[in-house]
Amino acid sequence: MKVAYWPGCVSRGFTPELHGSMAKVAPLLDIELVELDRGNCCGAGVIAEHNQELADTLNARTFALAQQVEGAELMMNICSTCQGAQTECQERLDANAQYRAHVNETLSSDGLTYEKGLTNKNFLWLLVEEIGLDTLASKVRRPLTNLKVGPFYGCYIVRPRNRLGIDDEHPRDHYMERLIEALGGTVIEYAGMRKCCGFPIITMNKDASLKQAGTHLGDAMDAEADCLVTPCPLCHLNLDLQQPLAAKVVARKLEMPVLHLPQLVGLALGLDPKDLGLSRHVVKPTSVIDWSTSVVASAA
Amino acid sequence: MSSTTTAPRSSVPQAFKLRVRRYDPESGQAAYWDEHEIELEGHRSVLEGILQAKNRFDGSIGIRCSCRQAICGSCGVRINGEPALACHTHLDEAIKSAKDGVIEIEPMGNMPVIKDLIVDMDAVHWKKVRRVTPWLIAKQPVPEREYIVDRESMVDVTQTMACIQCGACVSDCLAMEVDPGFIGPAALAKAYRFVGDPRDDARHVRLNDLSQDPQGIYDCTHCFKCVEACPKDVNPMGQIMRLRRIAGSDEQIVDVNNGHRHEEAFTTLIRDYGLLHEAELLPRSYGGDSWFGKFHPAAGKELLSSLPAIVKAVVKGKVSPTKAIFGHKIAKRDLDSVKRIYERVEGKPQRYELNLYIVGEDE
Ligand code: SF4
Ligand code: SF4
Ligand code: FES
Repeated sequence: MKVAYWPGCVSRGFTPELHGSMAKVAPLLDIELVELDRGNCCGAGVIAEHNQELADTLNARTFALAQQVEGAELMMNICSTCQGAQTECQERLDANAQYRAHVNETLSSDGLTYEKGLTNKNFLWLLVEEIGLDTLASKVRRPLTNLKVGPFYGCYIVRPRNRLGIDDEHPRDHYMERLIEALGGTVIEYAGMRKCCGFPIITMNKDASLKQAGTHLGDAMDAEADCLVTPCPLCHLNLDLQQPLAAKVVARKLEMPVLHLPQLVGLALGLDPKDLGLSRHVVKPTSVIDWSTSVVASAA
Repeated sequence: MSSTTTAPRSSVPQAFKLRVRRYDPESGQAAYWDEHEIELEGHRSVLEGILQAKNRFDGSIGIRCSCRQAICGSCGVRINGEPALACHTHLDEAIKSAKDGVIEIEPMGNMPVIKDLIVDMDAVHWKKVRRVTPWLIAKQPVPEREYIVDRESMVDVTQTMACIQCGACVSDCLAMEVDPGFIGPAALAKAYRFVGDPRDDARHVRLNDLSQDPQGIYDCTHCFKCVEACPKDVNPMGQIMRLRRIAGSDEQIVDVNNGHRHEEAFTTLIRDYGLLHEAELLPRSYGGDSWFGKFHPAAGKELLSSLPAIVKAVVKGKVSPTKAIFGHKIAKRDLDSVKRIYERVEGKPQRYELNLYIVGEDE
């Protein structure tokens, strides 16, 4: 399937291994990525905090660009924060024709118009709802047997439920568990899996921020996870890049590799950990790499 | 609606299992779980279920309630891990989210338990509400008769007026979980009630106080928990964002917590690059204009403590040094179009805010 692909900022900035691994995984799943390289930052909720109309207009611009991609079935993102921030703006744009016209007026000089009703799905949702876990499972070359994986969702992709279309029919806040199982892994549930990583307040209250990251990482260790997986690169910054500092704040040793979602999928599809950028993490994903080597060895 | 006109959803009493968290701090005993089987129609409330268990099996179960119709705000609990009003949750709804066929009821979080399902609202919730001066400081001179304000300006605060002080948002607040001193969602929504009221004379003082307090408006971690928890759609997080917006943009309050600077830095970075330039966000948030510029001396230490993370990212090959320093940008024509959006929207004499709670959906 062809998708208008919004990688977000962080996946091309501080977590390039995310964007890179997505590019490697897509062809294996027959996803054609048409990158929205003209799009702009979603604002991560911060621009909306500053001026709601500004955030709505900026996102309407990206949506309009996505709607111009010929043959694309939908827009796909790889960031929980993009999903949440964009959906919030889209909710306002779709709810009120007058407001939409008002925003489109601002976009008109660039020849852009946003039409109500764009479908914008995170890679996670796309995997479950469009590709299907059965199809995915049939493509698995290296099942995640014995790998204990803890999901870390990120706030923006699980709350508020109504806005994000989470209901009995679409239990999107449980998709990661299903996905891990479809890839052959073992799901580790722990207290913080749907809590906040703390990133939004890292510059305002560093202690409180890192205490959140540290606590969840510690809980995952206590639950004996081998690694975490997240669809959010901002969570990844607090959970991986800042893990050494978080360890100091919670005064315990932390050693918890954190994978981006496409990296985990890529591993199961048989890609080389190195090609997926696993060596670029601050916390070495030793457990994951050891696991994948042992799988390769046993296969040989 | 009378039951004769509609087919009753569940007119036959059914059995439901309740698992209630019991704890009496005075007993010296640890908390434990209690299970009871009650019999009620599915459309009856979890509160009625608890009261039946109390009447039939164990009169010592502690639960606070009064109105039984989602008005008084006294029956806040956690049902299957999620905050809710016990009187406003149907048994047949609750059973759906029960993990093992038993409806689990616990006291709310972030507040000490007085007994079983009763938490100490005074020690946390009400104390925080008092912290924000929850009354109107009237503009002088006070008119002889009633204040006349235009309708529009009061509509703006109606959402916060819907709050019934149940504490569900406080129970689930993730910032409060790690920083109990955080003023929190309910009290900050209440603060907006007065900040947004045109008759109030203390807007600047209130906002300055809430911005400078390290546990004030900039301590919220934007987790949407309170939005999800609130049974009255008050959207406390949204109210906190409005407080930030007015404090920073209208009242020009530059707080010591880097909150406003962070917001400004982020917003201007997107104007200048179209994309987020993470490394540049730090010095700008701490008050400088770039790594090469000057920044607020008090923020120097903070900033330096962030350096290792950036250096580590470079060493790990996550970012090239050039990218870390100069960031990534979108093409010039797109950047120009982003800038035009900024000019047009920010150039308007008044900010426009669509509040769906008030206007609803038109389609
Ligand atoms: S959004 Fe802010 S106020 Fe609301 S629960 Fe989260 S941290 Fe607390
Ligand atoms: S804001 Fe909502 S959840 Fe919080 S106390 Fe008020 S009514 Fe309850
Ligand atoms: S008893 Fe009054 S709100 Fe539930």
